[in-house]
Amino acid sequence: MKNVWTIFKRELGSYFSHPIAYAVIVVFLLLSMVFAFTLGGFMDAQDASLTYSFFAYLPFVLMVLVPAVGMRLLAEEQRSGTIELLGTMPIPMWSVIFGKFLAAALVWLIALLLTFPIWITVNQLGDPDNLTILSGYIGGFLVACTFLAITLLVSAFTRDQVICLIVAATLCIIIVLGTFDPFVRAYSKALPAGFSDAITSLGVWDHFMSLARGSFRLQDAVWFLSIILACLTGTSAILSAKRA
Amino acid sequence: MIEVENLSKQFGKKTAVDHLSFSVRKGEVLGFLGPNGAGKSTTMRMVTGFLPPSSGDAKICGISIVGNPAEAKRKIGYLPESAPLYNDMTVSGFLRFCAEVRGLSGNTRNDAVERAIATCFLQSVAYQSIETLSKGYRHRTCLAQALLHDPEVLILDEPTDGLDPNQKHEVRQLIKRLGETKAILFSTHILEEVEAACTRAVIVDRGRIVADGTPAELIAKGKGSLTDLFRKVTTLDTAA
Repeated sequence: MKNVWTIFKRELGSYFSHPIAYAVIVVFLLLSMVFAFTLGGFMDAQDASLTYSFFAYLPFVLMVLVPAVGMRLLAEEQRSGTIELLGTMPIPMWSVIFGKFLAAALVWLIALLLTFPIWITVNQLGDPDNLTILSGYIGGFLVACTFLAITLLVSAFTRDQVICLIVAATLCIIIVLGTFDPFVRAYSKALPAGFSDAITSLGVWDHFMSLARGSFRLQDAVWFLSIILACLTGTSAILSAKRA
Repeated sequence: MIEVENLSKQFGKKTAVDHLSFSVRKGEVLGFLGPNGAGKSTTMRMVTGFLPPSSGDAKICGISIVGNPAEAKRKIGYLPESAPLYNDMTVSGFLRFCAEVRGLSGNTRNDAVERAIATCFLQSVAYQSIETLSKGYRHRTCLAQALLHDPEVLILDEPTDGLDPNQKHEVRQLIKRLGETKAILFSTHILEEVEAACTRAVIVDRGRIVADGTPAELIAKGKGSLTDLFRKVTTLDTAA
């Protein structure tokens, strides 16, 4: 665990010594607020909750911005050759991967927490269920972590950050849009019955929205954690396979 | 202290290292010579545990790098070929990070960093960002990283590559001095370096050892010139 902490500290320092973390956080705050106040109809909905005005738009913002934070994690390490330094030091590769993942996850936790003005606003204007809001934030954070794990997996394949960004963002967009209800309804007409349910339960919306509505189900935790674990394990496997 | 036994590495159909065996004792500086693409870096990457060998093994102070990599890696200080560094860190920040990864903490860590900075003459740039360093300083920063934990075995991949004549001289003197108490394996394709810093040298060509001896013996074999011997026993890269 000490190794994870060492890697985590370095990675976090590196995020905040670059403009990238600041830029992504600012863009994230702008976009999430723009969505909440326009499409989300935060002021017009007459509803003291954040579920449909704010949380429902998070996956759309995160699917592009999360890969921008994660793209350099391993791609840069492989381009500059520092992976060779880490690979010859007496630490297991999983602690490197996990430390990096946690650092990027903390950047997203900070970004999500910085949306607190909308939480204050909704509490000023009405009487929302704050536990539901907390559950929504947990859901948003889990979505960010899932996309981050996917990005980490992609960045193990390439030493080029731009390629990593494009591929990882495409994968996240497919997961978000491919399982977005109006789209599923449109293309499931061409598929045998029952497929649309399967696709919905495989996708991010079903699991995220149940958290955003304030219900915590075991299957949602299993869905998020199994994708994250599978991607991190895959990352480790790819890094070793590349050396063999 | 370094015992390489029948080490081989295949990349697809290409054999980069072909049943290589040699050993380096304490107090010995072994020069690893060979043309570009002879398998020098691949061998070093296997000995340091970065690449798994296709077959064979390397023992560091008696510990197998294949069987017990974590323990063996503790005994090694390694300078990779291109001297990779984290550009966003300062020299001392980078060295502190490497020391922590090596398991040093508190005062032991700070002392190790200070010692490495002094050994590699980095005092004037200790708090400078690595991004702004010249090539000579970058190389020495990476070398300092290899010395932090005072390893018994040093593996240096082209430690003088890209340095100016003054810096080359300094690094050779440093290698010579460190070699008195450690086992050092260092690769180069600069032949004068062998006479200047090595106690023994091997010439590798296409993954095999083609000559082995003290610098004096090799020069005698080449009838007075190491260059002649080198040209005789190695193949041109255009011939392969």
